[in-house]
Amino acid sequence: MALNTMHAEAVAGVVDRVVSRYRRDPANMVQILREIQESCDWISPEAIDRLQSTLGVPRTKIEGVAGFYSFFYTEPRGKYRVLFSDNITDRMLGNRALMERLCNNLWVERGKVSEDGLVSVGKTACTGMCDQGPALLVNNTAIAGLTAERIDEIAELIRNKQPLSEWPAAFFKVEDNIRRADILLNADFKPGEALLAGRARAPDEGLMASNMRSWREGLPSGMGGPIAVLDEIKRAGLRGRGGAGFTTGLKWEACRNAQLKSGYQRIVVCNADEGEPGTFKDRVLLSSYADLVFEGMTVAAYAVGATKGFIYLRGEYRYLLDHLNAVLIRRRRENLLGENILGIPGADFDIEIHVGAGAYVCGEESALIESLEGKRGTPRNRPPFPVTNGYLDQPTIVNNVETFAAAAIIALKGGDWYAGIGTKHSAGTKLLSVSGDCERPGIYEYPFGVSIRQVLADCGAQDTQAVQVSGPSGICVAEAEFDRIIGFEDIPTAGAFTIFNKSRDMFEVARNYVHFFQHESCGFCTPCRVGTSLLKNLMDKLHYGAGSPYDFSEIEKLNQLLQSMSHCGLGHTACNPVLDTIAKFRPAYEKRMNQKDFTPAFDLDRALSAARQMTGRDDPNAHLSTEHGGAA
Amino acid sequence: MSEKKKLKVATTSLAGCFGCHMSFLDIDERLFTLLEHIEFDRSPLTDIKTCSPDCDIGIIEGGLCNAENVHVLREFRQNCRILIAMGACAINGGLPAQRNHLPLTTILEEVYHTSPGLANGMIPNDPELPLPLNQVHPIHEVVKVDYFIPGCPPSGDAIWKVLTDLLAGREPSLQHGLMHYD
Amino acid sequence: MSLTFTLDGKTIPFVDGETIIQAAGKAGVFIPHLCYHPEFKPHGSCKLCTVKVNGRHTASCTMRAMPGMVVESDTEEINAERRALTQMLFVEGNHFCPSCEKSGNCQLQATAYHLGMMSPHYDHFFPNRPVDATHPDVLLDFNRCILCSLCVRASRDVDGKNVFALSGRGIKTHLIVNAKSGKLGDTNFALADKAAQVCPVGVILKKRQGFAVPIGERKYDKAPISEAVTEGK
Repeated sequence: MALNTMHAEAVAGVVDRVVSRYRRDPANMVQILREIQESCDWISPEAIDRLQSTLGVPRTKIEGVAGFYSFFYTEPRGKYRVLFSDNITDRMLGNRALMERLCNNLWVERGKVSEDGLVSVGKTACTGMCDQGPALLVNNTAIAGLTAERIDEIAELIRNKQPLSEWPAAFFKVEDNIRRADILLNADFKPGEALLAGRARAPDEGLMASNMRSWREGLPSGMGGPIAVLDEIKRAGLRGRGGAGFTTGLKWEACRNAQLKSGYQRIVVCNADEGEPGTFKDRVLLSSYADLVFEGMTVAAYAVGATKGFIYLRGEYRYLLDHLNAVLIRRRRENLLGENILGIPGADFDIEIHVGAGAYVCGEESALIESLEGKRGTPRNRPPFPVTNGYLDQPTIVNNVETFAAAAIIALKGGDWYAGIGTKHSAGTKLLSVSGDCERPGIYEYPFGVSIRQVLADCGAQDTQAVQVSGPSGICVAEAEFDRIIGFEDIPTAGAFTIFNKSRDMFEVARNYVHFFQHESCGFCTPCRVGTSLLKNLMDKLHYGAGSPYDFSEIEKLNQLLQSMSHCGLGHTACNPVLDTIAKFRPAYEKRMNQKDFTPAFDLDRALSAARQMTGRDDPNAHLSTEHGGAA
Repeated sequence: MSEKKKLKVATTSLAGCFGCHMSFLDIDERLFTLLEHIEFDRSPLTDIKTCSPDCDIGIIEGGLCNAENVHVLREFRQNCRILIAMGACAINGGLPAQRNHLPLTTILEEVYHTSPGLANGMIPNDPELPLPLNQVHPIHEVVKVDYFIPGCPPSGDAIWKVLTDLLAGREPSLQHGLMHYD
Repeated sequence: MSLTFTLDGKTIPFVDGETIIQAAGKAGVFIPHLCYHPEFKPHGSCKLCTVKVNGRHTASCTMRAMPGMVVESDTEEINAERRALTQMLFVEGNHFCPSCEKSGNCQLQATAYHLGMMSPHYDHFFPNRPVDATHPDVLLDFNRCILCSLCVRASRDVDGKNVFALSGRGIKTHLIVNAKSGKLGDTNFALADKAAQVCPVGVILKKRQGFAVPIGERKYDKAPISEAVTEGK
């Protein structure tokens, strides 16, 4: 079967078409590779040949980028590429059994390509469907709410080589599951209103011009408006919703005040690389509140004087691309994007969507910018910060999807109003992505200050042992702390709220997260690249019952090293789930330390397996007693 | 110090070349000084075949290539209060570990079946023979090791320095010139 | 008025724009490093040069010196952390010094000596990394690669050839070569390239010239890296 062998000419045709659509600009490398793969099923050496000559970049650059992202394949992975979401919540919902079922149905080994080259089945990090898992991606299109029956149907469609476009639409249905809506999700908002309201707030247009910069450098009109909008954002006390909580107004102001070299422009980037396992609020905002998000970006552009915008959409949300593009087209038609937006002279701004390709680290803003520039998603050395030297060295703000939505609401209703909601240090509301052991998983919008206990009650969680707030890089909250609140003064969060009842083994939760970080480490710095692998091996050793207090102390030492020496937040937080669960659920670890003394790093008896097989021996001397119960 | 009971020292070579032991002898006349403080237990120097249960120091040369190496290492760990890895092979597998990128099956196949000049070759399966491990490992991956003397081999001076540090109750260290991995 | 900061209590002058490691080097103070090279743009990936600035860990090759900074470098705590990173590099690749042509001239080895690394401590990965002997003059032994990217930078920024790059991610990150075959013999790489001179370990080696200098007379036999480097290589 020549399923994966397109003729070189056909491949060249695809490459040429894609490359010319992306203006032969290597900064679009990630998009170019994605589209080539969407047409050719993989990125073949022939495709790279052609790319090299048409883009005029070295082969190493193309291969370096293609090799970085999980969703790019430089070897054939089948016509149908199935990836099961492997977040802890998917595990709790039985994804492993479903994956086995699909593999058996299709006669394919997990992680391999079927002999006929038709299909491969593997796993991937959380796909953002925790409220309706287990989930999978087939050729980067999401299917949620998997059941055994659905798996059998999928196997049938694949066996029959039914094109994905002809699969039943119901398969691809993704629910919003909004369970509690507040000012954001209930906002009475019509596209354009926030912009108009923001502009209307300009104090006596033109008179304040002396020390302020216009929408576009040097243009006299619209001078008051941007500053007035910025003031509202500051007055609102808006802080970033991506987790770190940096004050939005300060970030915008720094970008606005950054020196602009000739030929440069300011850039607004919406970080929709929602990769933290357990979070899915941005999925819902982009599905059903896209106008609010785009309007927030435009408000930001107005405030900082930016003319170009990007949405960095995580590869797992590729299925939203057509919908988002349609919204952008409509907004252009309605003059909410493009030139002289809403008739404001010089108000030029447009938004382009960049789709990621399976790299959690690209949620880090400087890695995201690298990826936007068509490079490997490695976090940059800072300073300088993106606000002065961001996308292609231009002043850039990167904000979370929810931050932009909130900014639109603030422009519409005013900063004072917004600041009055929530708590003193945490203004406004927060979307929580609730999943795990509860009756009603989904999106819950609360004013900041809500207690963990309240959320648990509202979503119908019972017998709760722990909540992982803000995902693996966040904090693990135990029962004694359920009166703590969501807010920057107590528990900050990017939105994930994963619930574990008392039947769950918190060690296994931490181990799943450690595997996640190991897989997602970008490999740039030594401590994270090697340290996350060492940590994974030690957690696995404990899992297999071979761990001792010695291993435990090694884990603690690695935690410390990762925290102090790593290059970026991924490494700094990679040990958080372990540290937290050790501190709060120590018995889960002690139970695993079956061995009192030092134990071998590998299974000694298994290490003789090849020799036993080759010699046919099975006498007592052909074995070694081993304290190590697990994988070598 | 001469009043004190002499420390019992055991030594062995696992998957090593005895080069480290040769280097040990390079401490030359200082051996006499050393013997005022220690006595040798199991060692190629004494030809004693098993460790006494109350050894103070065990010195291991060589890594773990086969099942027998593991047995001997465990005997040393059980009977020695302090265990020292001596030389590159004990510390990172050394030269023997350079087979580690090849599957053992391929190696045995090559050595006993497909090498030129072999006819009807058989892989030896006598139960007396120790089975090779899938990969060669340094000893600290199987037992707890207290101290390391790097080098291939460590010089007599380096060995002397570490032993005298230990005898004097100091944390062993090797300064420039004594510290070598080759 | 001249600008200064303190490094382990010593006053270090600097000019605006200099990084901590640059200023320290000029003042004759050695900070361990592997991916840093004075002739190239800093990379900041090996993290060996990490120091504490006003109590916070940061890479001294990328952090600009600021007036009044209080920098700690040669402390027991930081050296222990550096030693752990060195040990990580040793177990990640296949570093068999006795059979390596670079031994005695290797920055990784010399840095490990400097940090008093008596063993690699961690469990070895023993990765499978085939060597590339296709080039007539140069051997590539990937077993020893520490991903410092100095050859990448040299080939790109000095030679203008882009012979090398990093691909893969995480623990699978690896050096690649600019040829469809992936082989150095199919590139325009030349022995005279800057990229052939900068490898701090034994990956890029001149063929037919192993072990040319006898033991005892090699670079780091004669002086520890702390002296060799501060003397300006």
